[in-house]
Amino acid sequence: MLKEKKILSRPEILTGAFTFCAGCNHGTINKLIAESIESLGLREKVIAVIGVGCCSTMYNFWDTDAIVVPHGRAQAVATGLKRVHPDKIVFTYQGDGDLAGIGMHEAIHTPNRGENITTFFINNGIYGMTGGQGAPTTLLGAKTTTTPLGRVASEGVPIRMCELLETLSAPVFIQRVALFSPAETMKARKAIEKALKCQVEGRGFSFVEFLSNCPTNWKMTPLESLEYVRKMSDYFPLKVFREPQ
Amino acid sequence: MGKIFMKGNEAIAEAAIRAGLNFYAGYPITPATEILEYLARHLPVRGGVFVQAASEIEAINMVYGAAAGGARAMTSSSGPGMSLKMECISYIALAELPCVIVDIMRGGPGLGDIQPAQSDYFQIVKGGGHGDYRLIVLAPSTVQEAYDLTFESFLLADRWRIPVIILGDGALGQVKEGVDLYDKAPVLFEKPWALSGAKGRKPNKIVPFNLEALELEKMNLALQNKYRAIEAQEVRFENVNINSKTKLIVVAYGTCGRIAKSIIKMAVEKGLDIGLIRLISLWPFPHNEIRYLARNFPSTKFLVVEMSAGQMVEDVRLSVSDDTRVSFFGRMGGVVPAPEEILREIERKGLC
Amino acid sequence: MKKGRIAIDAEVCKGCDFCIAFCPKKLIKKGPHPNGCGFCPAVFSDTEEKCNACKICGIVCPDAAIEVFQIGDCENCDDCKCEKEGDNG
Repeated sequence: MLKEKKILSRPEILTGAFTFCAGCNHGTINKLIAESIESLGLREKVIAVIGVGCCSTMYNFWDTDAIVVPHGRAQAVATGLKRVHPDKIVFTYQGDGDLAGIGMHEAIHTPNRGENITTFFINNGIYGMTGGQGAPTTLLGAKTTTTPLGRVASEGVPIRMCELLETLSAPVFIQRVALFSPAETMKARKAIEKALKCQVEGRGFSFVEFLSNCPTNWKMTPLESLEYVRKMSDYFPLKVFREPQ
Repeated sequence: MGKIFMKGNEAIAEAAIRAGLNFYAGYPITPATEILEYLARHLPVRGGVFVQAASEIEAINMVYGAAAGGARAMTSSSGPGMSLKMECISYIALAELPCVIVDIMRGGPGLGDIQPAQSDYFQIVKGGGHGDYRLIVLAPSTVQEAYDLTFESFLLADRWRIPVIILGDGALGQVKEGVDLYDKAPVLFEKPWALSGAKGRKPNKIVPFNLEALELEKMNLALQNKYRAIEAQEVRFENVNINSKTKLIVVAYGTCGRIAKSIIKMAVEKGLDIGLIRLISLWPFPHNEIRYLARNFPSTKFLVVEMSAGQMVEDVRLSVSDDTRVSFFGRMGGVVPAPEEILREIERKGLC
Repeated sequence: MKKGRIAIDAEVCKGCDFCIAFCPKKLIKKGPHPNGCGFCPAVFSDTEEKCNACKICGIVCPDAAIEVFQIGDCENCDDCKCEKEGDNG
């Protein structure tokens, strides 16, 4: 007797179409985070702290308590929320400008206090929402609207956030992942779940950096953009920088 | 219990704790630092969360988060720190979240000095952040009043879902006076809109953002309706010695309001009829009251006294609508005027 | 040998081609007709019943546009989430 069993479908937390471009890994990452939250049974505890960028429109289809916050300040807002609701699950969702540019202050001090929150850092080496300007993580030589001749070191050497956070003793889990293949996507899914579990267990600050894409501003097809992300991983190595003890 | 001899800053901090403060984040800045330090000692052992933030911006954003979570939240600073906080205040205003922010003003602009001033009026009352928003601004002039207004500010913030500013200056923050720390149970509010994990309810989303202009306009109209209601209900001021014989009405707030009371006493000895309208709410501004005084005492002049180049005076001029009747006396840069010098100026100009 | 099928929501699909590129059995291709947003959505075509519900397409889809079904002999387990027999969902 043959039966059908649905083994994969859209997480219930995600209601409605995503506002991202075709092939944008924001969608994939949103989906993976939603899946983890549902599989860990955290849906009613989650408060999403959403930064400024393409991700800001997440609130349209992300169906948990959520707040949109000033550019760069998600981790400070998350600190306030978590300190008054220590039993809830608070995560920040931030792009590279939000976290490594204007938010660099919070990006160091929040982990340094060991706040029991989770930061999802979406690193695509460009400012997408504003139309493709250079970011603190833009690779040397990359052309953006503000580095039209290709980025040079005097404009800033691309910053490796995981490595920077590794110098702080307080963070309990740091990993960099990417989504340019099914295998890497599954690793990303596992990293998300590990990070959220750290928070559930009250261990301290967890951080997952996703090497992500921007087909629109990189002026590539979605599949071409995945290949560029693979190239980014030469400079931003994909690994676990700190395991929860 | 008798009165406790305490600094203005300490009284503000104590009032906040008694009003049910759940969360405080702050950063050291003279002349407000005692608020931070008092709460570092007292708040954690009296049921609240204290965080020393690594910047003024971080502090206000932590308050944004705590307030979004439904907590009674506060931060404190002085002029340079308030300048840093303006972006987040704009967000909090549109998000319609309650919180209390204390500004103990000092001489500016720039790094300025650490002495008392009132040169943050424009920034605080007219809105130093972007967009159409208002904040309730209360200006205590004694340590007791600082205690009273801070205690009440949490109720106002919760009732109206708006940030409330306690606007003091370095004199008020640093002076020590006897304070009656009366025991009063704080009035608490239900906050069904707060973020607390969507269990048994639809998710709450706090989003001071909408890319559809017509929708953002609606959000703005809702704010404007709220502001009209606050203007109708929350104006506060104190009239001293105003009657048909009053030749000159001093308009002042905070420490200048206090100095003005000394001027009135001295004036009585000289046979001069001087009164005072001491503003307690700077927003909502007592436009109607000043307009009423200007109309009902048509030959009375007004003298605005501020520790600034003249900021509140513009609002007084607007209310009186006759520039020939409004004069201004100000000291800048952290200088506190003596009542004698103001009285000399009144006599020199023949205002009375 | 487990069998499977997928259902692609044509109005949600943005035609990014990830599922097409990563399906190990090449059972997905770009459809000819644009959807309401102007994207040409992916189309599943498995005439030889090769799909084994590996879920790779659903995993890589950035829009959660793909549902994956496993078709197999029923094991009568307590954890039954099975669709009705022969029901194409």
